[in-house]
Amino acid sequence: MLQVESVDKSFEDFMAVNGATLTVGKGEIVAVIGPNGAGKTTLFNLITGALKRDRGRIVFKGEDIGGLPPYEICKKGISRSYQIVNIFPRLTVFENVQVAVLSYQRRSLNLFRPAQNIAVEETRRILESVGLLVKERSTAGSLSHGDQKRLEIAIALGNEPELLILDEPTAGMSPEETQATMELIKRLASMRGLTILFCEHDMDIVFSIAQSIMVMRHGQTIIQGSPEEVRSNKEVQEAYLGGE
Amino acid sequence: MFKEVIRSKWFGPSVVIFLILFVLPSFIPRFYTYILALIYVTSLLAMSLNLVVGHGGMFQFHHAVFYGVGAYTVALMLKKTSLPMWTGFVAGPIVAAFTGLIIGWLCVRLTRLYFGMLQISLGSLIWAIVLRWYSFTGGDDGIPGIPVPPFLSSQNNSYYFILIILVICLIIMYLILRSPFGNTLQAIRDNPQRCEAVGINVKRHQLIAIVIATFFAGVAGVLFVVLERSVFTDLLFWVLSLEVFIMCLLGGWFTFIGPVLGAAIIVALRTFVGIFTEYWTLILGVVLILLIFFLPEGVMGYVQELFKPRTREATEGGHR
Repeated sequence: MLQVESVDKSFEDFMAVNGATLTVGKGEIVAVIGPNGAGKTTLFNLITGALKRDRGRIVFKGEDIGGLPPYEICKKGISRSYQIVNIFPRLTVFENVQVAVLSYQRRSLNLFRPAQNIAVEETRRILESVGLLVKERSTAGSLSHGDQKRLEIAIALGNEPELLILDEPTAGMSPEETQATMELIKRLASMRGLTILFCEHDMDIVFSIAQSIMVMRHGQTIIQGSPEEVRSNKEVQEAYLGGE
Repeated sequence: MFKEVIRSKWFGPSVVIFLILFVLPSFIPRFYTYILALIYVTSLLAMSLNLVVGHGGMFQFHHAVFYGVGAYTVALMLKKTSLPMWTGFVAGPIVAAFTGLIIGWLCVRLTRLYFGMLQISLGSLIWAIVLRWYSFTGGDDGIPGIPVPPFLSSQNNSYYFILIILVICLIIMYLILRSPFGNTLQAIRDNPQRCEAVGINVKRHQLIAIVIATFFAGVAGVLFVVLERSVFTDLLFWVLSLEVFIMCLLGGWFTFIGPVLGAAIIVALRTFVGIFTEYWTLILGVVLILLIFFLPEGVMGYVQELFKPRTREATEGGHR
């Protein structure tokens, strides 16, 4: 479904991503791991169009999407959530998700119908699936961190994506919240048939739910393979799993 | 779609206020009728600016230009052409919106402060053209003695006309802000990056908001001509833009009706302070300083904040 082929991205003299390669098959849960500064978030930014690649190809469903603006890439079926909470703090929880749903339904430019009556069903269904329906009227900025991270995922679901990219979905969460979020991700993958690409620091989580793992270091791909292959790879053990 | 307006909790009080304002000219001196009408015109200008500043998060520093363009368009058409008068009234807002489209198209490429700086420069360019083009615009003499349609000849009639147009515009703006377009615009204000990531063409959306806002600024310009029957270059000068910006901040730029309040306060202050001193801008400066320190969300923002804790407790209490 998604192939990243030897993609480079540099900031000034620093090569943030240097020949990264990644394959995501339809319906898979794929994890990207690597130490801080390995280029994981930059890679996600390249895939979603927030940054432009210097070299290489990013192919989604047979089409090179490198160079498209983020809103075009989103319309092709890729949604993302952010490592640092990135929501609409002044809007209500309901409106946060509705903005994405309206965009997906191509109704964002509708000028004269009251928004509160549009896309209500779809928005509520998404809020229900992440467990935020009870708080739909709260202002998003007043939610707890854990709830904001879940809202983060809910907004990404508003576009009915085929590929959902999650950048450290459990960062800053308590162990219980982390557990609940991982359950949520697994459920989304199985129920909606979503393809999920995520990065995460907690190795227990990664090895428990990912079907394929890509390991990055210094912007390069060391290996991509099944959890067993990755675990037994010498270079990975030295670089990452046992090394630090 | 008007059900939305009628169901609003503000509908009842608004109708009462409207009726009071409508009968008021029969009971107050001419001068106060004039000041009220001036407040309405300025309110519409401030409301139109707030569409882009408060709800759209764009630093439209030089908004008065579009007000001036609207006013000059109708003035020139009424004075220099023999076309039916209504065409001038229609052309004012349209030409203002078209100017907004061109300036906006250039400005939305930039963000935040850079947007504002370019906007000021381009706006000042139009001001300079109007100031220098004596043969066409009258330069700093302006255009006095603009003929208006007979039904607007009495002051009270023009008062009613201005009030009714203001109310119609406010209703349309209210509907726009509650539409998917308006919600999305406010989402862009809060977080443009995230909006791009959910598939919204942020720049196009912002440009449409600018065109809508400048259209209403043009309407305000037309109403100014109805009230004053003359135009002058101060209408496009950046000092007026600053005043209007302050009206939005003062009234409460995250609220719907705040700018009307801000316009009322500033116009009243300017009128009555102007009787005692010519240093009006000094007073304006003091108002701005006090505002920044004590009412960062404006008067309406402060009023809403007073009522907020209760509603928040209520919603959270309902959930847990």
